[in-house]
Amino acid sequence: MNGDSNLGAAISLSVRDLVVSYGDKRAMGPVTMEIEQKRVTALIGPSGCGKSTFLRSLNRMNDLVLGCRVEGDVRLDGQAIYGPGVDPVEVRRRVGMVFQKSNPFPKTIFDNVAYGLRIGGMRDRAEITGRVERALGRAALWNEVKDRLGESALGLSGGQQQRLCIARALAVEPEVLLMDEPASALDPIATAHIEELIHELVRDYTVVIVTHNMQQAARVSDYTAFFYMGDLVEFATTDAIFTHPSQSRTEDYVTGRFG
Amino acid sequence: MRAREHTDQEFEQELRHLREQLLLMGSHVEAIIGSSLRALVERDSELAQRTIEADRIVDRLEIEIDGLCLQILARRQPVASDLRFVTMVLKAVTDLERMGDLGVNISERVLELNSELPLKPYVDLPRMADETQMMLREALDAFVAKDADRARRVIDRDQMIDDLYAQIFRELLTYMMEEAKNVYRATRLQSIAKYLERIADHATNLAEMVVFMVKGSDIRHPDSRDQNEKN
Amino acid sequence: MKRPASRVGSPPAPPTGASGRTTHPARPALRAPSSPAADHRGRFGEAERSERGGGGRWGAEGRSEPSQGSHHSSRLGDVALALGTGLAVALVLLIVVVILGDVVYNGAAHMTLGFLTQAPRDGMTAGGIFPAIFGTVALVVLMTLAVLPAGVATAIYLSEYANPGSRFTRLVRVAVNNLAGVPSIVFGLFGLGFFVQFVGAGIDRALYGGQRVFGQPALVWAALTMSVLTLPVVIVATEEALSAVPRELRLASAALGASRLQTIVRVVLPQALPGILTGAILAISRGAGEVAPILFTGVAYYLPKLPRSLHDQFMQLGYHVYVLSTQSPDVDATRPILYATVLVLLLLTFALNATAVVVRSRMRRRLAGANS
Repeated sequence: MNGDSNLGAAISLSVRDLVVSYGDKRAMGPVTMEIEQKRVTALIGPSGCGKSTFLRSLNRMNDLVLGCRVEGDVRLDGQAIYGPGVDPVEVRRRVGMVFQKSNPFPKTIFDNVAYGLRIGGMRDRAEITGRVERALGRAALWNEVKDRLGESALGLSGGQQQRLCIARALAVEPEVLLMDEPASALDPIATAHIEELIHELVRDYTVVIVTHNMQQAARVSDYTAFFYMGDLVEFATTDAIFTHPSQSRTEDYVTGRFG
Repeated sequence: MRAREHTDQEFEQELRHLREQLLLMGSHVEAIIGSSLRALVERDSELAQRTIEADRIVDRLEIEIDGLCLQILARRQPVASDLRFVTMVLKAVTDLERMGDLGVNISERVLELNSELPLKPYVDLPRMADETQMMLREALDAFVAKDADRARRVIDRDQMIDDLYAQIFRELLTYMMEEAKNVYRATRLQSIAKYLERIADHATNLAEMVVFMVKGSDIRHPDSRDQNEKN
Repeated sequence: MKRPASRVGSPPAPPTGASGRTTHPARPALRAPSSPAADHRGRFGEAERSERGGGGRWGAEGRSEPSQGSHHSSRLGDVALALGTGLAVALVLLIVVVILGDVVYNGAAHMTLGFLTQAPRDGMTAGGIFPAIFGTVALVVLMTLAVLPAGVATAIYLSEYANPGSRFTRLVRVAVNNLAGVPSIVFGLFGLGFFVQFVGAGIDRALYGGQRVFGQPALVWAALTMSVLTLPVVIVATEEALSAVPRELRLASAALGASRLQTIVRVVLPQALPGILTGAILAISRGAGEVAPILFTGVAYYLPKLPRSLHDQFMQLGYHVYVLSTQSPDVDATRPILYATVLVLLLLTFALNATAVVVRSRMRRRLAGANS
């Protein structure tokens, strides 16, 4: 099902006929969708519907899964990311990712945030420090950790660790931030912080978020895509999806008539 | 149509209960309209008095249904069709309560009229009342059945009520111009007609809500919306 | 609004003391044997718990009504298990104590500083064992330098790069497993045939014009032979350490735009280091003790000088013990030397192990961060 976004709005990611398979089994697709720049797009759907698979296709993380085949076209700002000769490493620098369970490295807070910069070849200590501070600020974590950048990241609370992972992803200054159920392992207050953070981030980044919490999708996103059994069933503004969806499967899912 | 039930049976029960209470309130309002007109035609002041008291049930139901809706909104966070249904019920009970009050007003006029001899045989007023009752019934049935076509037919009937009212008004006017002694009774009858016309308007509101609830598109206040779209 | 069921007659009531309980026939039966409760108290330190429900650690005991018989038999089982495992531990400790005790008793007196720093004299009936110590340490160091890079690299390949299902990967694993089962004397023969007579002779032909330099038993060949022996240990330990690194960390690194090599070097290896060190410890322990592989590849009974280059032969503690106990001209004179040598060998092994363990635990603590 085609998504119709605002005509004329800047498109960050353009997906056309994307199909992901493991061996001969089709896991997701074909999906065609356009993700608008500097907006939050939420992907919802029951377990196993393909939304996480779709998300991972946007930064070529599916390449790391054995036996995974991706067909179709994904364009970031007009450039095909699955084109011949395109380095997935480059793609991942422009499309960052935050995972469901926070996964900070067992290094210091500073080294965690600086990791992406260092592997990208940045050497200038002053520049790294500046970027780290900016990233931590953007992730609303700077004030809490500015005096203990040399301590281990594993000493932070769950919510702080997740914000650290966000800062780590932001440090390389991507264009798009992918978030795979970023708050599902957090308590309500930490979740609220993350959602507030997303509101701030979207001023500078395009955000695509997978969530199984429908209220969260409703609170946080501008557009919502409903996936079911590997297909994109409906893609529309969040208001439309949650007040008058056009597909009955969408209606059934959001009102809890499934299963 | 959607025959599927919510996975959560309790939620399904709550929505069913809400529908039942709404229909109950509607049937009470319908009864009030009917009995107030009967009190007029049969010149039964006791019936009129009882009708006035019957409105209390309507008021109580309004409070109860409001409470049910709030509870569902808070605890279930309904979305899409469920959300439209609950929010429309909240609005619908307001209209129903107003209809009940208008029925009381009719009965009050009836009490005043019964102190004098009838001005003329009542033909149009009972017709108007029947039509209004039917509109209410149809609107509520459409509400519960989520039937937009049925609701549209109610909306179409409103024109007829307006025409009836205009006709009654012209007739009463001639009575008043004929003789000064008729004025008291004519104005009372005109009030009753006005109340019935407003009851019909409320029934039309209910029907418009049904269309919004079913279609998801707002058909209310078409003139003001055109203005906005032009801007 | 339903009111909760009344307290009396509802089992999951919070412990409130004896008063509400007397209506229950089950409870008194459990509280009757007060001594088991006292045992529980001692073991689990939950004094107040045992008063309230007789449950101790397992609250379910407060709800069911076990018969006296089954209660006793389960307790009997507990006691038997404790006794059995205690006996096993005692036995092991006893053996260690006996061995160590015998060695220390007979050898400690002879283990003077002179003994440790002098060379042997008079046909091994006097003097010290310094050359053997030197040789052992040199052997172990060279062996570690050879085996760690090769073993870790192999393990990295198997864990991070290889396709788990491919035939080649399976072949490599089979090879590693088989290598682990080869008897150590066979390694010695392999070392002789391959390193000494093939590689060594080849080097001689190429670099020394036929002169016999490397084509004979030498420190380097013994070290390489030992490294082949300990290779499987290092590979397996390293692979386990690598696979213990959570996948999420690799994903996080990849998502930040790291190449596979960068992820391995910057994230996986640092975290796997304690495990790799475990492999190294195991390898070192074996290296310091095994004698069979070095028999043909480099060890000597008596050398007037310390090995100065890789192609020299060397003395070794384990071999020295063998020699002392089987080929001594004067058994009584050599006995104390023998015991002291064994003691030195044991102490050396312990010291090597202990150092590695300390380093490993420090690394582990650093990785765990400021969690405490």
